[in-house]
Amino acid sequence: MALNYDLSEEQQILRSSVRKFAKDVIKPVARELDEREEFSYDTMKSMAELGLFGVFVSPEHGGQGLDYVSYIIATEEIARVDGSHAATVAAGNSLGIGPLNYYGSEEQKKKYLPKLCAGQGLWGFGLTEPNAGSDAGGSQTTAVPDGNEWVINGSKIFITNAANKISMGVTIQAVTGKRPDGKKELSCFLVEHGTKGFTAKEMHGKLMWRSSNTAELYFEDCRIPRENLLGRQGDGFHQMLSTLDGGRLSIGAMGLGCGQGAFDLALAYSQERQQFGRPICKFQAIAFKLADMAMEIELARNLMYKAGWLRDNQRPFAQEAAMAKLYCSELARRVSNHAVQIHGGYGLMKEYDVERFYRDAKFLEIGEGTSEVQRIVISRQIGC
Amino acid sequence: MKIFVTTKRVTDPDVKIKVKPDGSGIATEGIDYKVNPFDEIAVEEAIRINEKQGGEVVVVSIGSGASTKEVRSGLAMGAQRGILVKTDDYLDSLGTATVLKKIVDDEKPDLILMGKQAVDGDNNQVGQILADMLGYAQACFASKIELGDDQKTARVTREVDGGFDHVEVDLPAVITADLRLNEPRYASLPGIMKAKKKPINEMELSSLGLDTTPKVVWHKFSEPAERKAGIKVPDVPTLVSKLKDEAKVL
Ligand SMILES: Cc1cc2nc3c(=O)[nH]c(=O)nc-3n(C[C@H](O)[C@H](O)[C@H](O)COP(=O)(O)OP(=O)(O)OC[C@H]3O[C@@H](n4cnc5c(N)ncnc54)[C@H](O)[C@@H]3O)c2cc1C
Repeated sequence: MALNYDLSEEQQILRSSVRKFAKDVIKPVARELDEREEFSYDTMKSMAELGLFGVFVSPEHGGQGLDYVSYIIATEEIARVDGSHAATVAAGNSLGIGPLNYYGSEEQKKKYLPKLCAGQGLWGFGLTEPNAGSDAGGSQTTAVPDGNEWVINGSKIFITNAANKISMGVTIQAVTGKRPDGKKELSCFLVEHGTKGFTAKEMHGKLMWRSSNTAELYFEDCRIPRENLLGRQGDGFHQMLSTLDGGRLSIGAMGLGCGQGAFDLALAYSQERQQFGRPICKFQAIAFKLADMAMEIELARNLMYKAGWLRDNQRPFAQEAAMAKLYCSELARRVSNHAVQIHGGYGLMKEYDVERFYRDAKFLEIGEGTSEVQRIVISRQIGC
Repeated sequence: MKIFVTTKRVTDPDVKIKVKPDGSGIATEGIDYKVNPFDEIAVEEAIRINEKQGGEVVVVSIGSGASTKEVRSGLAMGAQRGILVKTDDYLDSLGTATVLKKIVDDEKPDLILMGKQAVDGDNNQVGQILADMLGYAQACFASKIELGDDQKTARVTREVDGGFDHVEVDLPAVITADLRLNEPRYASLPGIMKAKKKPINEMELSSLGLDTTPKVVWHKFSEPAERKAGIKVPDVPTLVSKLKDEAKVL
């Protein structure tokens, strides 16, 4: 009797509460925010009040103390309505709060987590650099000790939540020396906004996630206190990679939500739109498409929740996380593509939400490890 | 002040329901359940009063064992404890009121808040019957509730056909919530976590020794007749002539 697909009572209540919230609060403004490429502090505040930040952080540090499956459900429900808002929540939790929560000292946690969990501030995760994307170990940013300080030089690109009015700081990976095997020694640092020598610039002109905040970061002789090292010197790459394992669950949940949201729109439209004297869902070509979409979403959800369940039960989950990220992001692209097709010409118009899902889906195959990188991860896990 | 508030488990009102092929009921496979939306409004009102006056909000539900979820939803919004009377039997409005009366007799709340009706059966009867059984005042379809300073009375604005009716009732009373009474809060994540630890007193209906044999029984369910598609008319004169000659409404 061990296998059990029931969600807990709390998870069910959470799903219906977040679903209603997303429908009432985010859906009405999502299209316009996307169009204007604008981050909304209003919806940010409402999401924070609902408790969407610090979902899996213990209440002692200001978090909500929920499990990872609950976090996946919350992210999925937001993504079902809008990708940009889901990005703010997902990056806020797993990339911003995550590393501080897992590797921060008690002092660092006390200093930052309560504010971040209350959603009064956002924290960025600076791994990607102009010359180090998929090759995340190829960081060129350096941190050199000098007396009681570290001096940082370099730059980061595409950093979510790192350049708006409530951005409080970033965790960055930098080179701190050479390891005995000749490879770069990488370490992570906490850099607060307002530190001299650190500038964060908002990036514009995105195809997708247009109302999520994305930043370029520049460090020019930026001095931070010695104690702003995260965890131990030399642990940086490991910290970043394991943060990404968790992050993959976030992106997977976003893919699942994006697919479900696009499917909802397609199904409703196909039941209403009449051609040749009947609703288009009555044509087998459309009906079979919808049947396949529903089946794939069901598959994606099972894989996604299993990966979360493994994590909640302290089992190894890296392989399933990569699989869930890969499957759910490709699902989002396929389903949103079919959904636009089912909408015909209307699906190409900004007036219809489905075009936003089509654009937002694309990021999911690129961010936090491209689909190619996920296949590398999985193939290594299975022993290739 | 001790407030009782009811939360009934109903099929998700956002989902299209289907009648079973043999007409014996609603097909429940794959259907989600939620708190009756009018009950959510009642819970919100109870919590708002509680936040001002202090005391206790007790969520009460009657239903299958799975209804703990609907009780827990009220607790997640901010109520302090729950009571669930468990039964898989169908209860009519009289039966439901009979059970609630028993709980009220045991617990003696100062105020009973309920949804004006449950969106499954749409009966709109339990609040009225309960008030009568208890000999309490009733104010149904409330769109505004103000408690007297001494907390012995409540002034209630009722939504009635064509306007508002203002009444003052002595407490304890039964007040049922209409749609515009308030906008219920979302159960927050910390609220949901807190609710996990709040007590729910579960009891079997059969252990209460009540006669709840339904006097109203469902004989058959059927889908409403499908609406025929409308027609498009080329211009206003055609429309007017059709309204006059065919529909005969002008
Ligand atoms: C909106 C947005 C938000 C982002 N947020 C963040 C953030 O918060 N923090 C952060 O650190 N980064 C963030 N990123 C960066 C993102 O994670 C990277 O863009 C991604 O990891 C890919 O890196 P790249 O763009 O440099 O592409 P590249 O690594 O240059 O890849 C180009 C192509 O080559 C392929 N490729 C590369 N190496 C291999 C290989 N070994 N085998 C096969 N194929 C390969 C890739 O799969 C891809 O198809 C964000 C990006 C965007 C667009």
